[in-house]
Amino acid sequence: MSDKNYNKKDFTSDQDVKWCPGCGDYSVLSSLQLALTKTGKKKEDIVCVSGIGCSSRFPYYMGIYGYHTIHGRAPAFATGIKVANPNLSVWLITGDGDCLSIGGNHFIHLLRRNVNINLLLFNNEIYGLTKGQYSPTSKTGIVTKSTPFGSLDRNFNPGLLAFGAGATFISKTLDTDPKHMMETFKEADQHEGISFVEVYQNCVIFNDGCHDEYTNRKSRDDNAIFLRHGDPMIFGKEREKGIIFKDMKLHIVRIGSEYKEEDLLIHDKTNRNQSYLLLAANEESAMPKFYGVVLQEEVVTFDQQVEIQIKEVTLKKGKGDFKELLNSGETWVIE
Amino acid sequence: MANRIELESVVIRFSGDSGDGMQLTGTQFSNTSAFMGNDISTFPDFPAEIRAPQGTIAGVSGFQVKIGSTEIITPGDEADMLVAFNPAALKANIHSLKKGGTILVNTDAFSEKNIEKATYKNNPLDDGSLADYNLIQVPVDTQTIETLKDLDLDVKSKKRCKNFFALGICYFVYHRNLESTIEWVNDKFGKKTILASANILAMKAGYNMAITLESIVSTYTIPKARLTPGKYRQINGNTSTAWGFLRAAEAAGLPLYLGSYPITPASDILHELSKHKNFGVKTFQAEDEIAAICSAIGAALTGSIGLTTSSGPGITLKAEAIGLAVTYEIPLVIVNVQRGGPSTGLPTKTEQSDLYQALYGRNGESPLIVVAASRPNDCFHMAYEATRLALQHMSPVMLLNDGYVANGTEPWLLPDVDKDYAKIEHQLVDPEQIDVENFKWFARDEKTLVRKWAIPGMKGLEHRVGGLEKDFITGDVSYDPLNHEKMTHIRQEKIARVANNIPLQQIEGDESGDLLVVSWGGTYGSVQMAVRALQKQGKKISLIHLRYLNPMPKNIENILKKFKKVIVPELNLGQLKGIINIKFGVRAIGYNKVQGLPFKISELEEVFKKELN
Repeated sequence: MSDKNYNKKDFTSDQDVKWCPGCGDYSVLSSLQLALTKTGKKKEDIVCVSGIGCSSRFPYYMGIYGYHTIHGRAPAFATGIKVANPNLSVWLITGDGDCLSIGGNHFIHLLRRNVNINLLLFNNEIYGLTKGQYSPTSKTGIVTKSTPFGSLDRNFNPGLLAFGAGATFISKTLDTDPKHMMETFKEADQHEGISFVEVYQNCVIFNDGCHDEYTNRKSRDDNAIFLRHGDPMIFGKEREKGIIFKDMKLHIVRIGSEYKEEDLLIHDKTNRNQSYLLLAANEESAMPKFYGVVLQEEVVTFDQQVEIQIKEVTLKKGKGDFKELLNSGETWVIE
Repeated sequence: MANRIELESVVIRFSGDSGDGMQLTGTQFSNTSAFMGNDISTFPDFPAEIRAPQGTIAGVSGFQVKIGSTEIITPGDEADMLVAFNPAALKANIHSLKKGGTILVNTDAFSEKNIEKATYKNNPLDDGSLADYNLIQVPVDTQTIETLKDLDLDVKSKKRCKNFFALGICYFVYHRNLESTIEWVNDKFGKKTILASANILAMKAGYNMAITLESIVSTYTIPKARLTPGKYRQINGNTSTAWGFLRAAEAAGLPLYLGSYPITPASDILHELSKHKNFGVKTFQAEDEIAAICSAIGAALTGSIGLTTSSGPGITLKAEAIGLAVTYEIPLVIVNVQRGGPSTGLPTKTEQSDLYQALYGRNGESPLIVVAASRPNDCFHMAYEATRLALQHMSPVMLLNDGYVANGTEPWLLPDVDKDYAKIEHQLVDPEQIDVENFKWFARDEKTLVRKWAIPGMKGLEHRVGGLEKDFITGDVSYDPLNHEKMTHIRQEKIARVANNIPLQQIEGDESGDLLVVSWGGTYGSVQMAVRALQKQGKKISLIHLRYLNPMPKNIENILKKFKKVIVPELNLGQLKGIINIKFGVRAIGYNKVQGLPFKISELEEVFKKELN
């Protein structure tokens, strides 16, 4: 545990931040820096790892150990860092192209292994650093430099992908709500295992307003639910709408005469089946976005198991001694 | 009674179906010979498919062993004796038998069906095609079952003892002691168990039957070799490699982390290191080759010895990450157990065609250290050396082995590890010993140009590093044109200065002469034998076998210039030749072969002789 009270400056590097003015990344950076002052972990034990892309410049701006690696592979670097030294707190910063396109394979394997790492996926549904090509999360039909007649690909639902790969913590947050981001990051930090956080992030240059409906302060209350474990699912400017579960489906209802608050679905982040519905619901245009911790499960982490296995084998075989190994098995002496 | 003839060395090839136990038979023969004081060298030759159809040529599994009373450094060229357990084995191996050599065949396996499967038109045992050889025909199956008739064992299990029957015959022919194999069998199956008795009985029966065989016209003895006194064990290249890393980690006092992905012929290094978790080794079988190396780099960033092991195609996938390790300037060892290429190529066959890949297979100017092992037991030394250089020079190091050294086995005089492999100094920062306030993580040693290794967990030394170009002084991102040029030269020069930290090249033979042979990697045994043979004939021929390929030892240029001619034999199209010609302005000629097979001593002798005339 840390012996001092940190402030945001402790997590800020001396480098000029070079994102475009108005980029959503600024508020994510600031929220994470703030969150880190409150995790109780020593600054020197926190590591920031990224791949390639706009968001992956992140480590350069953090005042901690930081590694800007290669495109798509940050999950593999992060795994090596965490397995080699489980005492470290590892933050993996990635974008929708980096994580879900070139790095898709590493992403799913990181999740299935449940390595104790916090993964922030900055989803702006576009390739920014290469100047505006569509990404695996871009909506079908999007017109970009590489799809002048509209994209043909179906897009990924990152939360569902994470669910399918066995993630033990799935959460969503938005760049326009620093407080929610900070709280989400703190929860991710506390989770033992892979913490997957999808951040809806705006690219002002190449995909401005792609998340507007559910991130804009004016419209988001009507189009998103801020989940809280144990609370009923209520949304709307007047908190007049809610979610019920009926006929194996989620439905939006108006709170009033027909449906009371107690009829609404209660959020239970430990209920895998329910979490699935919340993640899948995003695919249907009529449903709101679900922010907050959608799923959380306690599963022993890969990095812990590596340590345990080494201890068990050492207990059984005794601590390795090279000279003993050298002389083991069949040997013979020439006089 | 057969004549008894003393030989200096003999080569035997055991071959049969994948399930006939030929690897085991060969191993027992070579172990017994080693215990009897001979020097040995062995090479297994198995098919790329795990179990190809029975009786077919594709399913033939072989094991060649050379034993001798002098130093043996290769498993030999042509065999003196071939043990063929079925027609396919005979067909597949007859070309590697010396004219006049001995063939022991299991006649029970020469059924019409098997003869046809082996693509013979007629039975080779009675069509006269083997007239040039000394043919020993034994119905091994029948004899084995007959021998074991009183044992309470099913026929299938009895039949499986046939390789021990054949081993008994070979033991008679070459005057081998039965004791060490009897001991091994008792150890393996448990003393007095029925399986132990069956195998021992079969072997003894084979031995006794051989005494009565008229087709055995001579028997042979091979006197003890005059080997360096000491304790020996057998070791193959991949195990030797794994052990080199284990010892290097102990000597450096740092944890070892292997990130790997299964690939032939390198997987055995992963298997071996995975057994030794009690050394604190962390082995990680990643989702792919790229993740394997990236995780190893991640581990290296935190103060572990990062290691990744693969073969040609896997190394291709790792190229971008190797480039990152170059610009990060962190210690990392990459093992490439080379195989025939390009692409999937010849996965189980040997080649040394990845030297250019090791040196140049990345984008940008990205120099690294390249070393190569010369024989199975040298893998230990070179794995240790690769680790030492990576740690001392904060650089990725590529260790080039090949399928031939990786799978080959030979006796190994156990090193005095306390003396010769005791301690590796490295660059890891000791926070107690530095002035944290003024510490510059990217500062370089003036002489070596090496930076220090500060890792997460060290308070006050937090820094950021990435794949973008770094400022020479601060290590911060820099797009400055002159800085980039400076950094490019620094990275190059840093590797060049490694030459101050490696041994000078040893020359085998006179320091000047008519022909200098320059070789590297797993061809050492054959090249050395060929050169020695010609030296004995008084030819002015010398050999330098390179284990440090980048940088090269400082005295190479001087050596090259003292010979009238330089020849570089390689299992590729002339990669080292190209490099030394460009680097040193010599006009070396190449001798190249790319058949997935090692050089034969005899072929090299002929080539060198031609160049000497």
